[in-house]
Amino acid sequence: MAISTGSVSRPRRRAGIETTRARTAMWLLLPTVIVLALVAGYPLLRTIYLSFTDAPLNSNSGPTTFIGFDNYLFKGEDGTWTGLLVDPVWWTAVWNTVKFSVVSVVLETLLGLMFAMVINSKIKGRGLLRTAILVPWAIPTVVSAQMWAWMYQDNLGVISQWGRSLGLLEAGQSFLSKTDTALWALVAVDVWKTAPFMALLLLAGLQGIPADMYEAAEVDGASKLRQFFRLTLPLLTPALLVALVFRTLDALRVFDMPFVVKQYAQETMTMSIYARQNLIDFGTLGYGSAVSLLIFLIIMVFTVIYVTSLRVRFD
Amino acid sequence: MAVSTVPVSTVPKRRSSALQTLGLGLFWVLIVVILLYVLFPFYWAIKTSLTSSADLPQTALSFFPPKPTLENYVTVFTTPSFLYSLRNSLVVAVGTVLISLVLASLSSYALGKFRFRGKTALMYIILGVSVFPQIAVLGGMYTTIQTLNLYNKPGGLVLSYMIFTLPFTVWVLTSFVREIPTELEEAALVDGATPLQTLFKVLLPVMMPALATTGLLAFINAWNEYLFALTYTSDDAARTVPVAIASFGGGSQHESPFALIMAASVVVTIPLIILVLVFQRNIVSGLTAGAVKG
Amino acid sequence: MKKTALLIALTAAISASAANAAGVSVSFACDSTGNGFNECKKGTDAWAAKTGNSVKLLQVPVDTGDRLALYQQQLGAKSSDVDVYMIDVVWPGIIGNSLLDLSKSVPAAQLASYFPAIVKNNTYDGKLVGVPWFTDGGLLYYRTDLMEKYGYKAAPTTWTELQAMATKIQAGERAANAKFTGFVFQGKNYEGLTCDALEWVASHGGGSIVDPTGKVTINNPQAVAAIKTIGSFVGTISPEAVTTYAEEDARNVFQSGSAAFMRNWPYAYALGQSADSPVKGKIGVAALPSGEGGKSTATLGGWQLGVNAYSKHPKEAADLVAYLTSSAEQKRRAISGSYSPTIPALYKDADVLKAAPFFGSLFNALSNASARPATATKGKYNQVSNAFASAVYNVLTKKQTAEAALAGAQAQITRIKGRGF
Repeated sequence: MAISTGSVSRPRRRAGIETTRARTAMWLLLPTVIVLALVAGYPLLRTIYLSFTDAPLNSNSGPTTFIGFDNYLFKGEDGTWTGLLVDPVWWTAVWNTVKFSVVSVVLETLLGLMFAMVINSKIKGRGLLRTAILVPWAIPTVVSAQMWAWMYQDNLGVISQWGRSLGLLEAGQSFLSKTDTALWALVAVDVWKTAPFMALLLLAGLQGIPADMYEAAEVDGASKLRQFFRLTLPLLTPALLVALVFRTLDALRVFDMPFVVKQYAQETMTMSIYARQNLIDFGTLGYGSAVSLLIFLIIMVFTVIYVTSLRVRFD
Repeated sequence: MAVSTVPVSTVPKRRSSALQTLGLGLFWVLIVVILLYVLFPFYWAIKTSLTSSADLPQTALSFFPPKPTLENYVTVFTTPSFLYSLRNSLVVAVGTVLISLVLASLSSYALGKFRFRGKTALMYIILGVSVFPQIAVLGGMYTTIQTLNLYNKPGGLVLSYMIFTLPFTVWVLTSFVREIPTELEEAALVDGATPLQTLFKVLLPVMMPALATTGLLAFINAWNEYLFALTYTSDDAARTVPVAIASFGGGSQHESPFALIMAASVVVTIPLIILVLVFQRNIVSGLTAGAVKG
Repeated sequence: MKKTALLIALTAAISASAANAAGVSVSFACDSTGNGFNECKKGTDAWAAKTGNSVKLLQVPVDTGDRLALYQQQLGAKSSDVDVYMIDVVWPGIIGNSLLDLSKSVPAAQLASYFPAIVKNNTYDGKLVGVPWFTDGGLLYYRTDLMEKYGYKAAPTTWTELQAMATKIQAGERAANAKFTGFVFQGKNYEGLTCDALEWVASHGGGSIVDPTGKVTINNPQAVAAIKTIGSFVGTISPEAVTTYAEEDARNVFQSGSAAFMRNWPYAYALGQSADSPVKGKIGVAALPSGEGGKSTATLGGWQLGVNAYSKHPKEAADLVAYLTSSAEQKRRAISGSYSPTIPALYKDADVLKAAPFFGSLFNALSNASARPATATKGKYNQVSNAFASAVYNVLTKKQTAEAALAGAQAQITRIKGRGF
């Protein structure tokens, strides 16, 4: 009996401990969950709700009415389609964001890879180089935006001066003020700021490649170029993919730098800038929420593709 | 094998030693180019900040400040709104770090060492929040902040910054806690310690390096944040450094305020650069962990 | 409510005269820096001394966009902490629903003495939500010395004339100054471009974007002709960089002596005539040119005073507004601070003209002032203005033809209108 009760009660006690521990875990997690619900859960639900209303930012400007999908698309009395999905400014912003993201991420990756290979080589002074490339990363985004805005300044900016002496700009112009170069001028700022970050991520990947694999390749008489394409690149691919997707997510959300330099100018307007203009400056909380929600969905779709295709694991 | 490799690999090396010197030279040129590219904008900001506003139109393009002066720094440090913004940024960043570290220590202990239902789902949610575009909650959080009476207050910014510091901190700390040997925790439990005592007396000391890294990154992110600070404060006395620096140019002054902006920029950047250089190893490992994990 | 409390606490330091024990304290969101603050304080001090009440001057953002955002938040929260607001000419439609009707608080004679266009602009839903305080209008600045040098007797009265004169002067002056340009204006994509472009369109008889009934009218042949004409200036008599100019950029070019003509607000006159200005004594001011089939038009700017509908002291607040907008106080401000009065009679006042001689030309411009369609578009004015300015900007930067841009603006503004402004 005693033995049998013992054998019965032990699992029972273990189950009891499990329940207690689960309860303890709940208490430990509670503050985090509450805060996340407050800053992410509730605001997101509210954004979803508002996107189906015509709510103004200033609640005095009239009552809020539920208008279904009208913020996204609806047919006016005169038969024209109206709403976010047919707003040319929104599509300009989407197109700008896509161009900005693709070009800056590609350039950052190439440049970052070059930085990483240089730092990874066994030459003297690589510690110094590694320290130096951390500087652009350490500078706050807003500050680097202002620094570049100054270099791009129409008359006194040093880059405008170079542009003028190369015959690319006329007096009083800058790459930033010309509508057809403004977005690329901003890409240059983003590449400068983020290529070092890319380099650090890739450097970690490079250092994970065992040195004896290179020695073996040397033995086989493989050229440096061949070593790079046959050995380095395939082994670096996982790190490269993660860095690429990570950066693309950031680039798709970009707000600070283009906003500080060009505010609401349409030639450099990104999705986030368009959303803020509608939410705050135009005071159309409902329509702005519809924009925000669409951006959220775009990012989430991208994230899901990323998580499933790269098989990110938790345990 | 090893013996036979020696002659094979050394022969081509000797043959191309001249070529190699050339290659090494080119390599050094490349390094210098990279250094120039990476450091020039910051040098240009420092140079501009040392030029007096009155001289700027004449000397903006010279590569050295002809008459270095600290007048812009004096102006910056005697501008009340800039001093307010420094104080606000410090309060907000420190507050954000402390609160997110405390909350994340608690939850990472639970996520790293406890077994319970719904853990994976919770991890997915936290990962999801970490990629939330800030703009998606901008409008919704505006209401929260007004309801809680936190508009124009540091508390409002600290709360809103949790959306990007907390998920990251929880992630990195959880993966760290998981690596801590279970024996440590079990020993404490056997001694009759409560879970909180175990966390604070046994686990936290071991977690120090991870806490330092994540705290540092949270500090940098909070110090640099712009969109929420721009939207949830409207008063000079409540604004943070990024907002102050971004709106420096908005005044209707006749002379270009860029010399001042550059001085303010250098002032807020130098501490960060020092911080980053001193802790560069921690930061690199933290970033890599964060990127790989999510 | 709470943020205003904070605001007041923070600005206690600069608050005006100490409270009279018997009186009421009225808080006033006026300008809080520079000349604006000084002139404000002189006026409120005088009112306080006269009535025994006191006035608290609040700290407000310099940027008017930030100001509007702040006031919208305060009024949205039904805050009673600010009694009197200083409001921009395009705001009545945006915040008018939270302001009191002042038509009964200001003496009828005083009300009748203002420019009718401003009073009309400040009327929202039949309520007078802002009493005109000082005004602004677009002006054509020209160089008297260059006019003489190239044999012109008077300022251009049509855009074609301006083009011909600017072409000739620019060609002549380029020999000595490679940067010399014929005509500068505000071509950057922002509210200033809406002001400039509205003048072009209205002076060709092309209406004012949205008519008073709320009908979108921007796509019409006269408007297309107007935008086409000015668009052809860019790269010829105006530098391509003009599409990055705001008021100060244009003024800097003109004041440094590198432009023959400039469109700007009255403030540029006093600065251009200051002691260290290279063009001191060589500046003339005229009404803006007109186009074919239209008449000279200036876009109306300026500031009004309004009373918060949730104010705890509406009577005293309205009394302060009536005092500050009275003829006597406007005259004082015109002489002391060059603020353009909103009362036509003051432009003929000898004392005023002595202090600011250009008020004579300004008056002609203001009599033909055209209001931006802020009243008709109500809370959506910002969006409408933005859509219009972007369309014009696309023409100036040669991204689109005038026809396509204005057709696009018509569609876009109709979209913004949705179910109605």
